[in-house]
Amino acid sequence: MPRIAGIDVPNDKPVWIALTYVHGIGPYLSRQILKEAQISDTIRAKDLTDDELSRISGIIDRNYVIEGQLRRQVSQDIARLRDIGCYRGLRHRRGLPVRGQSTRSNARTRKGPRKTVAGKKGVKEMRS
Amino acid sequence: MGRSLKKGPYIDDKLFRKIMKQQQDGSRDPIKTWARRCTIVPEFVGHTFMVHNGKMFNKVYITEDMVGHKLGEFSPTRTFRGHSGGRKGK
Repeated sequence: MPRIAGIDVPNDKPVWIALTYVHGIGPYLSRQILKEAQISDTIRAKDLTDDELSRISGIIDRNYVIEGQLRRQVSQDIARLRDIGCYRGLRHRRGLPVRGQSTRSNARTRKGPRKTVAGKKGVKEMRS
Repeated sequence: MGRSLKKGPYIDDKLFRKIMKQQQDGSRDPIKTWARRCTIVPEFVGHTFMVHNGKMFNKVYITEDMVGHKLGEFSPTRTFRGHSGGRKGK
């Protein structure tokens, strides 16, 4: 199995899809990279030659932030928002949606599993 | 949607003039302002604002990290103290 960008070992899918297994590379970037490296995006990742592999990782190294470094960057950005005490930072601190979404209902991705409040209207019906 | 780059950042004219004046005489008194929509530009760093939130003025000291945000982002307009009857209390 080929190794691209350090630790990642994508499988025997088309290169274009295999590349998206790297954190920070999606379908769009994947296509861009392959275009720049002039590699057909339909060949399987395992069929890549060493030369092609090094071309791909060269392009990634030069132009894009990926994996650990990207994760660090994102969490730093969030930490910055928290520190300066702006509205977005406050939302991050409280674990609520940051971009103005409605929180009256839904918003479960940010709020996590429902915390049922005892005694609130409708709880008994929900339980039965 | 973001603002058109052609126009540049929105800066409250009067507020900006006040800052320039403060920089000349070196005072750093808090400036009361209602201009929540004003973008924070590098010239504001180190000054203190009293930003209106609809009810009162919140003191905001501008640091370098805040450049590019709006003044209003630092003066919350809503109060939420938790729901009634919450015994657990976060």
